[in-house]
Amino acid sequence: MALEELYKEVILDHYKNPRNKRDLPGGELSCALNNPLCGDQITIHAHLDDGRMAEVTFEGSGCSISQASASMMTEAVTGRSLEEAKRLAGEFRGMMEGAVEPDEASLGDLVALKGVVKYPVRIKCAVLAWDAFQEAVSGPGQT
Amino acid sequence: MIGELDVARIRKDFPILERRVHDRPLVYLDSSNTSQKPRQVIDRVSEFYERHNANLYRGVYELSEEATAMFEDARARLAQFIGASDPGSVIFNRGTTESTNLVAHGYARKVLRPGDEILLTEMEHHSNLVPWQFAAQATGATLRFIPLAEDGTLDLSGLESLLTERTKLLGVSGMSNVLGTMPPLERLAAAAHAVGAVIVVDGAQLVPHATVDVQALDIDFLTISGHKMLGPTASGGLYGRRELLERMDPFLGGGEMILEVYPDRSTFKAPPWKFEAGTMNIAEEIGLAAAIEYLEELGMRAVRRHEQEITAYAIARLTEAGATVFGPRDVEQRGGAVSFWFKDIHPHDLAQILDQEGVCIRAGHHCAQPLMRVLGVPATARASFYIYNSNDEVDALVGALERAEAIFGA
Ligand SMILES: Cc1ncc(COP(=O)(O)O)c(C=O)c1O
Repeated sequence: MALEELYKEVILDHYKNPRNKRDLPGGELSCALNNPLCGDQITIHAHLDDGRMAEVTFEGSGCSISQASASMMTEAVTGRSLEEAKRLAGEFRGMMEGAVEPDEASLGDLVALKGVVKYPVRIKCAVLAWDAFQEAVSGPGQT
Repeated sequence: MIGELDVARIRKDFPILERRVHDRPLVYLDSSNTSQKPRQVIDRVSEFYERHNANLYRGVYELSEEATAMFEDARARLAQFIGASDPGSVIFNRGTTESTNLVAHGYARKVLRPGDEILLTEMEHHSNLVPWQFAAQATGATLRFIPLAEDGTLDLSGLESLLTERTKLLGVSGMSNVLGTMPPLERLAAAAHAVGAVIVVDGAQLVPHATVDVQALDIDFLTISGHKMLGPTASGGLYGRRELLERMDPFLGGGEMILEVYPDRSTFKAPPWKFEAGTMNIAEEIGLAAAIEYLEELGMRAVRRHEQEITAYAIARLTEAGATVFGPRDVEQRGGAVSFWFKDIHPHDLAQILDQEGVCIRAGHHCAQPLMRVLGVPATARASFYIYNSNDEVDALVGALERAEAIFGA
């Protein structure tokens, strides 16, 4: 596979111009994770309002795949109900495991990360933000 | 031909260097991680299995005697290679990690008391840190660290306050796997001995790339990883000063390390066998002997000179290309592990793009997370060199960096 398929324009765009990359004072949910293999670090903050993901932000540093995936994730889950957001996380994980053919309608930009599946060591980078998100929304204080 | 090595001829001895990756010639720049193996080593291992395979010491038959003789001959070769006059001062095991754990368990735990100190440096590999953490936790001893200077050498200006009569053990890498830094071992050994401490040298990177003489340097313990010096994986061992080995507790208990066993107690063989429990890595250590023969034929001085030249060339080319190179500039003070940061492209992304060009480098924290914090980076990219690398391959590396730059628009 050509590298250009891995480093798609949309991935590089999210990497260079990350969306929602900031602290979230008052966000009641958060989780920090790192990938010891490469030093990627991601903290996810989320604010739930009436069962919806009112605001989701991230902080951290790492490779283009981990950072772009985090940026795309914050966009993809914001505005969704908690249930929908969790379902989306499952769908993304399925795509990364190569088990689910991605549905562009629900995953949007995230489909661009499909190319990562061919690079097993990078899959961890792509799912790091999602792992943090899932832990944040299922952590203590969350039913 | 660079230095005194005929690289073109040497490359012919390494079958793997003929293969291609992603339809490009393999450019292997990760020898600090593990080295490639010459035909001579591969053949020695095959020959052992095809003609001599048997377990050691146990058999009263020809094959076992042959295997035992080959294994003990490998021990003598390794001892001689590092300047140890007594083959019995070399313990075989899987390499540096196992060796450090052996000293931490068998020596440090036995001698350390609460309030004692273990002095390490800020640039140590996890394998020269975590075992000492275990030993400190078990004994109430404290860990202290020699800091790094701006230029990537050790800052020894405060050595007198760090190395005191409380220090029982000084652990230092002979050559950093991240920075290439080569501390002045002779000076450090003398300073340690002056306060009654022992010095443990992590030789994982040093032994493959430079002449080492444990007696001239007056080193107490030296760890050796065979897989980084053309030998098989899980070969190598530990050099220890004889009287220290005598004092040490065994580490693993089991077959072969014992003299007499009763239901409730046992007595043990003398070193080195006291520390070699169970069936050993026989073929691997025998293969390591072939690796040592190969290196000795080239001459370690020529090996070192070749690496100094290619390292100087790499530092110059990388810097010219816009990379920030970590570690000392002066190749007299460093080895051929060259860590760098290139135009804010994350090392992981860099390594991925380079792989596509057939260039293998390592990206990450290199098992030195505390050092990454000191350097203020999450990770580095690292190219490392050995006898089979040429300046052309440095050029291939720099060419691939340009490709990465094009993709990332950095
Ligand atoms: C400086 C240093 N110390 C220790 C080690 C660990 O060696 P091994 O994995 O052979 O036990 C390495 C290998 O990466 C190293 O470079």
